[in-house]
Amino acid sequence: MSILGRLKPDFWDYEDSDKGPFKHLFNFRRIWKLAVILTAGVALVPVISMTVFDYRVTQNAMESEILLRTSRLVSNSRRTVAYFLAERKSALDFIVHRNAFEVLTDPKKLASILENLQKAFVGFTDLGVIDSWGRQRTYVGPYKLEGMDYSDQDWFKEVLVSGVYISDVFLGFRQTPHLVIAIEHDLPDGSFYVLRATVDTERFNELLSHLQVSGRGDAFIVNHQGTIQTPSRYHGNVLEKMSLPVPEYSPTTRVFESKGANAGPLVVGYAYIADTPFILMIVKQKGELMKPWHKTRRKLIAFLAISITVIMIVILGVATHLVNKIHDADEKRVMTLHKVEYSDRMASIGRLAAGVAHEINNPLAIINEKAGLIHDIFNLKDEYAKDEKIIGLVESVLSSVERCGIITKRLLSFARHMDVNIQSINLKDLIDEVLGFLGKEAEYRSITVNVDVPDDIPTFKSDRGKLQQIFLNLVNNAFAAMSDGGKLDVKVYREDKESVSVKVVDDGCGIPEADLKRIFEPFFSTKKKKGGTGLGLSITYGLVRGLGGSMSVQSEVGKGTSFTIMLPLHFKQPAKR
Amino acid sequence: MRVLLVDDEEELVSALAERLRIRGIDADWVCICYDAIGRVESEKYDIAVLDVKMPKMSGIELKRRLEEKCPGMKYIFMTGHGSEDDFRAGSSEAGTAYYLVKPVKIEDLIEKINEVLND
Repeated sequence: MSILGRLKPDFWDYEDSDKGPFKHLFNFRRIWKLAVILTAGVALVPVISMTVFDYRVTQNAMESEILLRTSRLVSNSRRTVAYFLAERKSALDFIVHRNAFEVLTDPKKLASILENLQKAFVGFTDLGVIDSWGRQRTYVGPYKLEGMDYSDQDWFKEVLVSGVYISDVFLGFRQTPHLVIAIEHDLPDGSFYVLRATVDTERFNELLSHLQVSGRGDAFIVNHQGTIQTPSRYHGNVLEKMSLPVPEYSPTTRVFESKGANAGPLVVGYAYIADTPFILMIVKQKGELMKPWHKTRRKLIAFLAISITVIMIVILGVATHLVNKIHDADEKRVMTLHKVEYSDRMASIGRLAAGVAHEINNPLAIINEKAGLIHDIFNLKDEYAKDEKIIGLVESVLSSVERCGIITKRLLSFARHMDVNIQSINLKDLIDEVLGFLGKEAEYRSITVNVDVPDDIPTFKSDRGKLQQIFLNLVNNAFAAMSDGGKLDVKVYREDKESVSVKVVDDGCGIPEADLKRIFEPFFSTKKKKGGTGLGLSITYGLVRGLGGSMSVQSEVGKGTSFTIMLPLHFKQPAKR
Repeated sequence: MRVLLVDDEEELVSALAERLRIRGIDADWVCICYDAIGRVESEKYDIAVLDVKMPKMSGIELKRRLEEKCPGMKYIFMTGHGSEDDFRAGSSEAGTAYYLVKPVKIEDLIEKINEVLND
């Protein structure tokens, strides 16, 4: 049998084939299903919904925390970068306001200014003064750039318009990445000049590279065209286009989620740095950031799965146990009803038999006496001639009356033993008595009945009424299975000292193997359509067990059936259930 | 020897009485218990054959009444109800009484009467 089959409760395959007053009260499978569904629903819905709710809330909290942290980081970093540039711009502003044009065009003085500047602010590499024609009048720094003409360059044009200019990072003549800060200053004579300083981007890069960005993050600066200005770990090299699209302009810090390419979704924070061509970008991998959350999620799901499994096991166990109990109780109820009905019926039959017997007995006695008197008159009184024929007739009346007497006696005896207790049993007499009831049927149907009771079978104590019922049921059953002209053997024998066995063998139709296992079950009947209750054998079985005996059956379809009853010679009151 | 037969079935008891008479036994019969009591006051009987179950009074009860009126009389019971065992279990008096099951064979009755008289 499969594991499922073994786990299957008794009530599962139960089908209520027996209609009528003894029907089972419940549909057990339905009760079980209802119990499981309801209990599981009540138990699981809150658990699952709480878990899902908690899952969502935690996930949202985690995500907004990530966005908030990124936003704060972007905001702080922007301030740092903006401050760095503003500081340098202010320094140049201070120089042009403090020093006259003549001082600045003096290379020695300008060199001294650069020296002071470098002491105060790291990052300045050179300093140049460009006149209104775009020519570099003075230059101090590591390169030879005096006389350079910048008049055609875009930055020069822009500084004329805006008064100040901060360049992108570029390679320029010197082929190293740098950026330029230029300030225009008007002269009293109406002309102007431009102070131009180069800032080493190394310092600029350090600002960002020192940032601790979590979640395999990346902090870098791009210009408005998306060209990377400071080194990026994952999104491209300096002065190349970054792999992400340029985010749209916003005066404030912004954070958004991007789908990203290979590394999964990205959290992108950015800020346009005012008055500069720069956009500060902080890019984090969402997957990395959510790792702790994923860990929690795994635990949550495992917890949920274990909870559901435990709850379901408990619910299934409890429901099965309870429905099994109901099933057992209902089974007992039906059994009891049947037994009560059966014994009621037997008692009524008994009472009826007694009544009939008694009623018949009196007129029978009268017939007996009257016929006896006739007999006497003819036989004994001389005045009546001895008429053989009349005597013969009267004798026949008398013998019939005697037979009637035997029948009524037997009926009375049977009725009397319905509720009688233990007494001494002579098995041969008892079997003969039972067969006496069915003798006529056997005769009409030409059934040969052989009774074989060896002489050494001792009398024993048992319940006479029950034994009569047992044998009556068995012989009745055998007759029902047999066709006319059949043969019934009743054989008594001893297998051991403690018991006596009775075998009732018929040559009837036999019982199919599939039914053989069930014939002792209550309500199992192959004669239902013919009015069988399916109780005969189950009651018989119960009676045999009640007497401390056992009952077995062998059968072969078409050949016959043999019931064997083993009865103990020493009757013991069976323990009550 | 005189026998008094008491049974509520007149047909039965009259025939039985006649059969006894044919066989030379002086038998009378009554079918009402109280008649039986009256009868034993006026006449003497050796044996009373009583039906156990009769209207108004049982055979056992009747026997008690008759014993008061007529000490020394012997009794035989007849019953249409089952076996001797049942009858014997009925009361202590029945336990030792003589007893016949209906329908009664005349030979059995005479045998029983003789047995009772010799007892």
